[in-house]
Amino acid sequence: MARLQRRARLQHPAAWWLWGLGLATAASRTTNPVLLLLVIGVCVLVVDERHDPATVNPLPAFLAIGAVIVAFRIVMTALLGNGIVGETVVMTLPSVPLPDWAAGVRIGGTVTLESLLYAAYDALRLAAVLACLGAANALASPRRLLRYLPATLYDVGTAVVVGLTFAPQLLTDAREVRAARTLRGRDGRGLREMARLTVPVLEAAFDRSLGLAASMESRGYGRAVRSTTTSRRAATGLALAGLVGVLAGLYGLLDSSAGGVLGLPVLVLGALLAGSSLLVGASRDPRSGHRRDRWTWTETVTVVAGAVPAAVLVVGSVQGWEGIVPSQQGELPAVPLIAVLALLVAALPAWLSPRPREVAP
Amino acid sequence: MITFEHVSVQYADAPAPSLHDVTLEIPEGELVLVVGPTGSGKSTLLRTINGLVPHFSGGTLTGRVTVDGLDTAEHRPRDLATVVGLVEQNPSSTFVTDVVEDEVAYGMETMGLDSTTIRRRVEETLDLFGLTPLRARALRTLSGGQQQRVAIAALFAAGPRVLVLDEPTSALDPVAAEEVLASLHRIVHDLGVTVVLAEHRLERVVHHADRVVLVDEGHVSELLDPAEAMLRSQIYPPVVGLSRLVGWSPTPLSIRDARRKAAALREALGTSTPRPVADLRVIGPADAVTVDGLRVSRGGRVVLDGVDLAVARGSVTTLMGRNGAGKSTLLGAIAAQHRLAGGTVRVGAGVVDPHARSARERVRTVGLVPQQPELLLYADTVAAECTAADEDFGAAPGTARGLLDRISGGIDPAVHPRDLSEGQRLELALAVILSGSPEVLLLDEPTRGLDYGAKKRLGEMLTGLAAQGTTVVLATHDVELAAEVADRVVILADGEVVTDGPAREVLASSPAFAPQVTKVLLPQTWLTVAEVAGALARIA
Repeated sequence: MARLQRRARLQHPAAWWLWGLGLATAASRTTNPVLLLLVIGVCVLVVDERHDPATVNPLPAFLAIGAVIVAFRIVMTALLGNGIVGETVVMTLPSVPLPDWAAGVRIGGTVTLESLLYAAYDALRLAAVLACLGAANALASPRRLLRYLPATLYDVGTAVVVGLTFAPQLLTDAREVRAARTLRGRDGRGLREMARLTVPVLEAAFDRSLGLAASMESRGYGRAVRSTTTSRRAATGLALAGLVGVLAGLYGLLDSSAGGVLGLPVLVLGALLAGSSLLVGASRDPRSGHRRDRWTWTETVTVVAGAVPAAVLVVGSVQGWEGIVPSQQGELPAVPLIAVLALLVAALPAWLSPRPREVAP
Repeated sequence: MITFEHVSVQYADAPAPSLHDVTLEIPEGELVLVVGPTGSGKSTLLRTINGLVPHFSGGTLTGRVTVDGLDTAEHRPRDLATVVGLVEQNPSSTFVTDVVEDEVAYGMETMGLDSTTIRRRVEETLDLFGLTPLRARALRTLSGGQQQRVAIAALFAAGPRVLVLDEPTSALDPVAAEEVLASLHRIVHDLGVTVVLAEHRLERVVHHADRVVLVDEGHVSELLDPAEAMLRSQIYPPVVGLSRLVGWSPTPLSIRDARRKAAALREALGTSTPRPVADLRVIGPADAVTVDGLRVSRGGRVVLDGVDLAVARGSVTTLMGRNGAGKSTLLGAIAAQHRLAGGTVRVGAGVVDPHARSARERVRTVGLVPQQPELLLYADTVAAECTAADEDFGAAPGTARGLLDRISGGIDPAVHPRDLSEGQRLELALAVILSGSPEVLLLDEPTRGLDYGAKKRLGEMLTGLAAQGTTVVLATHDVELAAEVADRVVILADGEVVTDGPAREVLASSPAFAPQVTKVLLPQTWLTVAEVAGALARIA
């Protein structure tokens, strides 16, 4: 392990995002609560060990949103049901009689364990995917990833930067405006108060984003592309088509119901298109890098560690292994050992990646 | 280096052009100071230099602006980035990356310099601006002065021939401001960079300037010698005020020049003792604000630790200290904006604990005008804002409006609060808070963006309020305002009170916080030009 005792540095952001996508793919393929909790655990562990100390750690926020989703799904299922017929009745709520034409919809009535478990597992899957995104965010800030965006996507890049600063700024501003509201003798609670807060909060956040955009403009962002308008548009079109292809392919991979047609072939095609536009753009891109992140063996290890669980769980779900999609019985579902091992592989970067830069507080 | 030929700028919907037929030529390697009241068109003038006006802002520009031979009509700001760097008023909103070193390298990366050059220039720039110890720090954890220096360094590193700065020191404490100006001085003198800056706090910058441009209502003077410009300018620093009073010629701009001429004045003032200009006020017992063993931590860091403070009824107290010393937090804790980690706060004649009251009751005892007054404003016209304030505070209809008319020199009630000047916005926010008629009024850094005229009105109003029995506590970096209004000065450092005493004693004895008149006339302890004028009148 002596080779790991090198200088602290940040891993290539693309490596972390690919790792996060791999883990998210794995999570999206199973509803087994044990495996999903394991995914979340791996995210927390790796983030705890290797997150970039220069940025605020966004993972807790993502986890909180996940928890809200799970709770919301369970409550809604108890109230409205979800079409899953079960035998184990947990409780019976007073039901609201509905006219005949609303058959199939119910409010209240019997709540079965099976329907609750189905809702909980399904929501937990979404929460796990969110945790993977949050982890990728925490490990490599999207701003750093943006530096690798090809010059052809300049306009998209600006929009993304403005968007990225907009959302977190919104939270800070909301807190400030609410505090200022108490100075006028209002405690900032209630619907009318919330409505009054929106305008100043949005204004402040928008102003700040515009400030950033102006600053990027006056510092030469995007001056890189010195080609004709036509060739730039062609390259942008190519890149966008490629991105759409990649997204469609990912969707196919993540959503098992869409089948194989949309899956791998589209992903490969999209990746090829995006890759070629990236190469074309890069050849014309005079931007250079100060201490650009290097791609070393640890980056490869990280990507592989994300790809292993994705591959195992995709194969598992296609072949219908027991426990990948467990039944909703009131018992602990079977846990396929090989899936557990594959998910544990994803935790390896917590130790096998370089320590992030030290940032004084 | 920069030429303006008959440049006019007209924004859509604006009644008058923001700039009117400007013809000006700024030679290479000069430090040019742009002077003018708020809203006179200074920012517009600066932003035409790199083309943000009109490319980014909209509006119509007629005439020609060329920078280093490049016409801004044909070159977008991003193409001019190699030639011009623009530092905005609030640097934290312009950072593109997260860490000091990345920020410094960013501009060079977009310019496509090769990576060995970037590496070398990053090191040189960090050294030049004294940022080497901060290179790995996260930008959001830096103090205001440090952020401003990083913003300048990041632009300078890209190697522009011209640097344009909009109020680079207005949010900084006196020491941090000196640091920023020293780095500017160095790049002008050693490296021949042309610097154009606008600044309200002339006392900080005018002696660094090679040339001065006066701006008034869109009209721009030619390049003037600073001393000559200060004779003509409507706004001038206290040292120039003193010189105008006594009739020194040529006008001294720095403390050092003024001290050389001041021997006669010191002798004339002789044994007469400074007397406050404002009417003597009745200052009551020290129980308007009582802070005992206050501890506040924010974001896991202890910001205030064991602060004790007792403020007398009807007095004006200023809190001073470095950026990040805990001034705003102390005001916020008194107004129950921050949770206390320890200690107690009691306010007003009723010995109220603001933390135990609802917001509605609290505002009758203590009112706070925050650092960004626009946070207090929600309505879309000034009139609607005043009506809403009456409702919020349960005051008689027309209270806020009446207060506003008294405070300000007349604000058009149909205007949107965002279209007001910085000073007018402050006056509106103050009128809103005063409609609750609080016993204690707190102001956080009220002078940012105010010109001398607006500052003078603010000072008069605060002393007027205090004379009527309102207790005023304000946090400020502005030593000249403190000299005008304060009865007492409290200096905070690192979350603790380090000095607490009568304004004259504290200000005169502190090298960083002494006002200009004091520095000129030491060892005598005069604080303001008006005091000296009063004493001379008595002698004569």
